[in-house]
Amino acid sequence: MKTEQYNGSELVVKALAALKVEYIFGYPGGSVLDLYDALFQQSEIEHILVRHEQAATHMADGYARATGRVGVVLATSGPGATNCVTGIATAYMDSIPMVVLSGQVPSNLIGDDAFQETDIVGCSRPIVKHSFNCRDAEQIPTVLAKAFYLASTGRPGPVVVELPKDILNPLQKFDYTMPQSIEMRTYNPSVKGHSKQIKKAVEAILGAKRLVIYSGGGIVLSNTSEQLTELVETLNAPITNTLMGLGGISGTHPNFIGMLGMHGNLEANKAMANADVILALGARFDDRVTNNVKKFCPEATIVHVDVDPTSISKTIKAHIPVVGCLASVLEQLQSAIEKSPSRIDRSAQEQWWQQITQWREQKCLSYDLGVDVIKPQTVIEKVYQITQGDAYVSSDVGQHQMFAAQYYPFKKPRQWINSGGLGTMGFGLPAAMGVKLAFPDQHVVCVTGDGSIQMNIQELSTCLQYGLAVKIVSLNNRSLGMVRQWQDMMYGGRHSSSYMESLPDFVALAQSYGHIGIRVDHPSELDGALEKAFAITDRLVFLDIRVDEKEHVYPMQIKLGAVDEMWLKKGVKA
Amino acid sequence: MRRILSILLENEPGSLSRIVGLFSQRAYNIDSLTVGTTADQTLSRITITTHGDDRVVEQITKQVNKLVDVLKIIDLTEVPHIERELLLVKVFAKDEATRAAVTRIADVFQGSIIDMGKQSYTLQLLSNAERLESFLDMLRHESDIIELVRSGAVGIGRGDKALKG
Repeated sequence: MKTEQYNGSELVVKALAALKVEYIFGYPGGSVLDLYDALFQQSEIEHILVRHEQAATHMADGYARATGRVGVVLATSGPGATNCVTGIATAYMDSIPMVVLSGQVPSNLIGDDAFQETDIVGCSRPIVKHSFNCRDAEQIPTVLAKAFYLASTGRPGPVVVELPKDILNPLQKFDYTMPQSIEMRTYNPSVKGHSKQIKKAVEAILGAKRLVIYSGGGIVLSNTSEQLTELVETLNAPITNTLMGLGGISGTHPNFIGMLGMHGNLEANKAMANADVILALGARFDDRVTNNVKKFCPEATIVHVDVDPTSISKTIKAHIPVVGCLASVLEQLQSAIEKSPSRIDRSAQEQWWQQITQWREQKCLSYDLGVDVIKPQTVIEKVYQITQGDAYVSSDVGQHQMFAAQYYPFKKPRQWINSGGLGTMGFGLPAAMGVKLAFPDQHVVCVTGDGSIQMNIQELSTCLQYGLAVKIVSLNNRSLGMVRQWQDMMYGGRHSSSYMESLPDFVALAQSYGHIGIRVDHPSELDGALEKAFAITDRLVFLDIRVDEKEHVYPMQIKLGAVDEMWLKKGVKA
Repeated sequence: MRRILSILLENEPGSLSRIVGLFSQRAYNIDSLTVGTTADQTLSRITITTHGDDRVVEQITKQVNKLVDVLKIIDLTEVPHIERELLLVKVFAKDEATRAAVTRIADVFQGSIIDMGKQSYTLQLLSNAERLESFLDMLRHESDIIELVRSGAVGIGRGDKALKG
C-alpha cells in the first residue's frame, strides 16, 4: 500500500500539529503563501493574524511565558522576518521557548538580492539559541522537531527556521516521517548537579549565619517553584527574587523579602549586602541587580546554581558553582540537607531575621499619597485588590513596570509577564494577548504607559478580531516617565525628548478600534472606574489613568554604589 | 595570555559564522583562525588563537561550548601540545649581500626559499609562533618585507590522546 504523500507546506502543518501547537502568530506574505494555503485547509492549528510581526513575536512570547509551552511565529521573508528581530531578542534575553518560522525567497534566488530577501538567519544569529536553514522539504518534520526540542530544553530560547519558498511548493510531494525522539551529539541539556559541588553547597548553606536565597527567572522557567518553597521553609531562609523571578515564591510568603536590585526593596538589598552566604538559583547577577560589581557583597560566599554554565562567574565569581537543571539540583540539595548531620545555627538565624525585620520596618515602599492627584502606586495596589492578586499581569517598560513589580505581589510563577532582560517597550499589549488566548477565563491586565502603549497600539485591532478582552491599565503621565526620572536625577532636570506633547485621546482611540475606553483624572474616580472595567469580561477595556507626572520610582540604587546603597525618596538616602 | 583553542563542530553551513559571530558579539579577541575538515567528514575543526586573562578564557570556552553546533572545545595551551603555523614572506633581495643574508636566515631557521623574482625572494617557514616571530625579526634586520602571509596556528595534543567525535 502506498503511503500518502504531502507537499512541503503540508509537512510544516502536520509537523506542527504533531508537536501539539495550538496557535501560530503571524502575518502572510509572498514567500509563505503556500504555507498559508495549507493552514487554511486544516483545523488543528489556529492562526492569529497580527497587525505587525513584532507583535506576533511578543504574543507568542507571552503565550510561552504563561503556559510554559513553545510560542510559534510565522512571518514572510524580508521585512516580515526583520520585524521579528526585536521580539526574538526579547525572548532570547529572558530565555523564552519560541520557534520563529520565516519565509525565504526560492533557493535559486538566495544571494541575488531578490525581492523581499533578507538573510534572517544571519540577522538573528546573535539573538537565537540556534537556527536552521531548511533546504530540503523532506527534512521539514525533523528540523521542526529539533527546533522545538532546542527551544524548550536546557536553558530555553528562541530558534529561527528559514523556509525557502521552493520547498513549500504544493506540487512536489514527499513522505512524512516525524522523528520519535531527538538526539543531537552536540547538545545534552539535562544535567544533574555534580555530587561534590552539592556537598560543598550544603556545607556552606548549613554553615551560614546570614543566608540569603536569591532566585531568578530560572525557577519560573523550570517549574520548580514548589521545590524552592520547600527549601526556603526547610531552611527558614530569607528569599529575594529578581524582576524575572517574581512569583517563583509567593509574594505574600513570610520569608519573601521582596525584589532586589535597582528598584528592589531596601531589606532585600541590605540582606544581600550583609549576607555571609548567598544561594543564587537560576539568576544571573545582572547589572540591574548587582549595581557596582566591584562593591558587590564582598563578605559573601556565593553558591550559584544554573543550567547554563556561561551564567556562572560571568559577572560575579561563584565560590561554589553548581551546573545543573534546577529540578534535579533542588532535589539533590533538599535531600542532602535533610540527611546532613549538621544543622543550621538557629540562634544566629534568629538574629539575622531580627536585623531583616528592622530593615523591613523602614517600609521602603511607602509613598506620599498626595492630594487631588492619582499616584501610580495606588493604581497598582487597587488593581491587586480588585483582582485579589490572581490576575496575569503583563507590563511594558519603564516606571509603570517597576510599580507593577513592586506593588503587585505575585502569588504564583508565570503570573508576571515582562521584558526584563531586553526592556522592550511595546511588549505589554501583545504579550497580554498571548496570555489571554491561553487563559480566556482569567483576568489579564496589561500595565502600561502613554509611551509604551503606542509602540504596538495597532494590536487593538487584533484584539477585536479575536475577542481578546484584556484590561489595559495605562498609567498616563504625559511623559516617558523613567527617562524623565533619570533626567531629573542625573541631567539637571533637562527633559530632553521625554515629553509626549501630542498624545491621542486614548478613550476615543480605544472606541474607534471597537473597544471600551475609560478616562480617570481624579483619585475619587479611580475605584468606580476599576470596578466598572473589571466587571466587564467580554470586551477589551482601556483605562487611561492620568497619574502624577512628577512621581519617581523608589527605592533606587545609587549609581556605581554597592548593592544596598539606595535613594529611598527624593533626596533621602538609606 | 595567549591561548590556542581547538574546536570540533558540526560541518554544516553557518557553523563557522556562529563561532566568529560569538567572538565579535562578546568582544573577545581572535588573533588567528583556521578551519578544515577532519577524518570524520561530518565534523570540522577550528583552531583559534586568542588572548585574555583566565576569566575571559573561561567565558570564551563556555560560550563556545554552548553553541549548539559545537561538539567539543579544548584549550591546547593547558596540555602538552604541538603547534604549527605556515608563513610565506616576500622580501627585497636585489643585491648579493642581502641575498646571502636572507639565504643564511632561511638555513638557520630551517625555512626555505620557494620563489625568486628580479629583486625579491619568497620564503616559507613552518614553525610555532615564537620561532616565526624570531625569523621575521631577522628578515626585517637584513631586508625589507614586501608581503607577508600567515596561515594561523593549528595544534594537536601530544601522545596517544586525541580530540575526536
